[in-house]
Amino acid sequence: MPYPAPAPEQVTTAGGFLLVLSLAVPVTGVLLAFVAGGRKAERIALTTMPIGLASAIAILVALQRTGAPLVYLLGGWAPPLGVALRADGLSAAMMAITAVVIAAIGVFARADFQTPPGSDESRAPFAFWVLLPAIWGALNMVFLGGDLFTLYVALELLTFAAVPLVCLDGRAETLQAALRYLMFALLGSVLYLVGTALLYGSYGTLDIVLLSHKIQAEPATLVAAALMTVGLLAKTALFPLHLWLPPAHAGAPAAASAVLSALVVKGSFFLVVRLWFDVFVQLPSFALAQLLAVLGAAAIVFGSVVALRQERLKLLIAYSTLAQIGYLFLMFPLAFSGAPTRLESGGALAGGLLQAFSHATAKAAMFMSAGLIYAALGHDRIAGLGGVGRARPISVLAFALAGVALIGVPPSGASLAKDLLLQAAAETAQWWWTVVVHAGGILTSSYVLLVLAHALAPADAPITLHVPAARVREGSALVLALCSLLLGLLPWQGYLPVAQGAAPAPPTLKAFSSSLWAVLGGVALAVLLGRWGERFALLRVGKAVGATVGRARHATLPAAGVVERMDGMLQRWPAAGLALLALTLLFGAALLPVAR
Amino acid sequence: MSAATIFGLCAAVIVGLGLYGLIVNPQPLRKIVAFNLLGSGVFLLFGVVARKGAAAGFGGDPVPQAMVITGVVVAFSATALAVGLLLRLFAAGGLATLEPDAPTRAGTEHADS
Repeated sequence: MPYPAPAPEQVTTAGGFLLVLSLAVPVTGVLLAFVAGGRKAERIALTTMPIGLASAIAILVALQRTGAPLVYLLGGWAPPLGVALRADGLSAAMMAITAVVIAAIGVFARADFQTPPGSDESRAPFAFWVLLPAIWGALNMVFLGGDLFTLYVALELLTFAAVPLVCLDGRAETLQAALRYLMFALLGSVLYLVGTALLYGSYGTLDIVLLSHKIQAEPATLVAAALMTVGLLAKTALFPLHLWLPPAHAGAPAAASAVLSALVVKGSFFLVVRLWFDVFVQLPSFALAQLLAVLGAAAIVFGSVVALRQERLKLLIAYSTLAQIGYLFLMFPLAFSGAPTRLESGGALAGGLLQAFSHATAKAAMFMSAGLIYAALGHDRIAGLGGVGRARPISVLAFALAGVALIGVPPSGASLAKDLLLQAAAETAQWWWTVVVHAGGILTSSYVLLVLAHALAPADAPITLHVPAARVREGSALVLALCSLLLGLLPWQGYLPVAQGAAPAPPTLKAFSSSLWAVLGGVALAVLLGRWGERFALLRVGKAVGATVGRARHATLPAAGVVERMDGMLQRWPAAGLALLALTLLFGAALLPVAR
Repeated sequence: MSAATIFGLCAAVIVGLGLYGLIVNPQPLRKIVAFNLLGSGVFLLFGVVARKGAAAGFGGDPVPQAMVITGVVVAFSATALAVGLLLRLFAAGGLATLEPDAPTRAGTEHADS
């Protein structure tokens, strides 16, 4: 259990000030950047990054040394009257990954968000350099907050900082996307707030540790649990509550998309994990755990198929995020233990969080390289990517490495995550999730390969490059992709509930061969469902094979069309709203078996 | 029926109205108003919780009131941000709708029906 008994925890521990520091640094950055304005905003935001990174590392070290969660009581008041900041292994690891990704995005974004020479301040750069540390501070608060109302405020701060990033260029489409995102996120957070009101009414405290000891399967608690879960899922954009995510990514700058997809959705995901593993400890039912993962599995299939049908690289990556979010929810049934009914903090939880870490790093790298490709070509149509592999080898390499990491080729974090999930599936005898985990790898490789096949093909016509290659920007994308690829080698035992000796396993030939199957399956899927355009001719190794493939595509494409139409429907407000209400009822029903 | 129960039922009705408006109403401004209505219902619920004094058995519990104050500030900033975005959207595109393909459809007539 990440939280031990409450008694020794109600004091500020040694190193507790580090938690305050990791909140104070980004927030100070926001305030100073806002006051100083213009060119100085960029410098201030970039200065906070090494300091924040250092404090995140210091927390990791302190946690390793003491072996117990770090606690800081604000003003010395103990809960339930006061508010505590707590950092256990999960939050420390999340904070470290966040700091790394934010720093890489900061380096990457310098070229995009420069105040033009001759003017003192321009809107988009100023907004970006104020909002980037704001998102960081809000995320750190989500990871550290020890009480549910503080977490609500943190979630709202995160949304308010993320929404304007969507519409930095001020075009009507992006403003509309931002407003859609804001309204749907507000709907989600109101549901969360209703839940906190009900919990406070029942138990008189919102402190996570105190609540976890008091929680009972009463009707009010079950309603609160259902409302809070669905509210957070809406903010995480888990299928079918994803109406805000694709339009938000369509017009956002590459750096903003990287922040949104890599980090912002992880904030609310982390809260779902906190709620179900630390607060509602006695509540989970078999049906609830299965339901969360069923939504996840649906998201994987749906997101991947729609990704394969996209014309633009940026939207393909956005739909891939949709699919990867689904992957994060597969851990719930695998962590479920029947007697007593609870979610065990074991290998499955570690697998789920590792997947979140590797997705954060890999997806940020993907959006960055997509941004570089867009800058070089002046467009990001997948069909027109031919020749870019030769013109911008490092950008394409970063995309490829990030893709390989996401597919789960060892020693990537995703491969360790997959091993942990498969192990948990075997232990709990749930073969159907084994199938989904493997299918997820195949689907991921299908859209990664679709992009790479286009990018590495020779150009139809000589391509004109709009900007010279930027080594620093390519470098930051490459570093994040390598991070994701090497995450599996890090010693996670101190922070995640990984069994001693289970990891890191040296990459064996068998592990590689199993990812080879994923890649081969991906090739087949990409051929059958992908959007190829004229490039399809490349596939025709022989006339007979070409004809067979053509016939097979004839059979599979209508199915993909149905999925696409469903996506269009779910991106309408009434449908999404009804899905939200229906899910709330479903979660409530799934919790009925534990009701007293 | 105690006063707390009556207020609790009122809170439920207001939340329901707000939720209905937020989901069903196509116009963004009305969505924003509906969100505020929904928020007011939740704040009333916090008031009911405070009246019950679940924390310590007092007549009124001050902690939920502190939460309502914070919640009001959050809802206010959310409303300000939403209205700001809506004004910019109207200024930039002359349209005020949240449906992605609205310009190709028959505009506001469709949204109103």
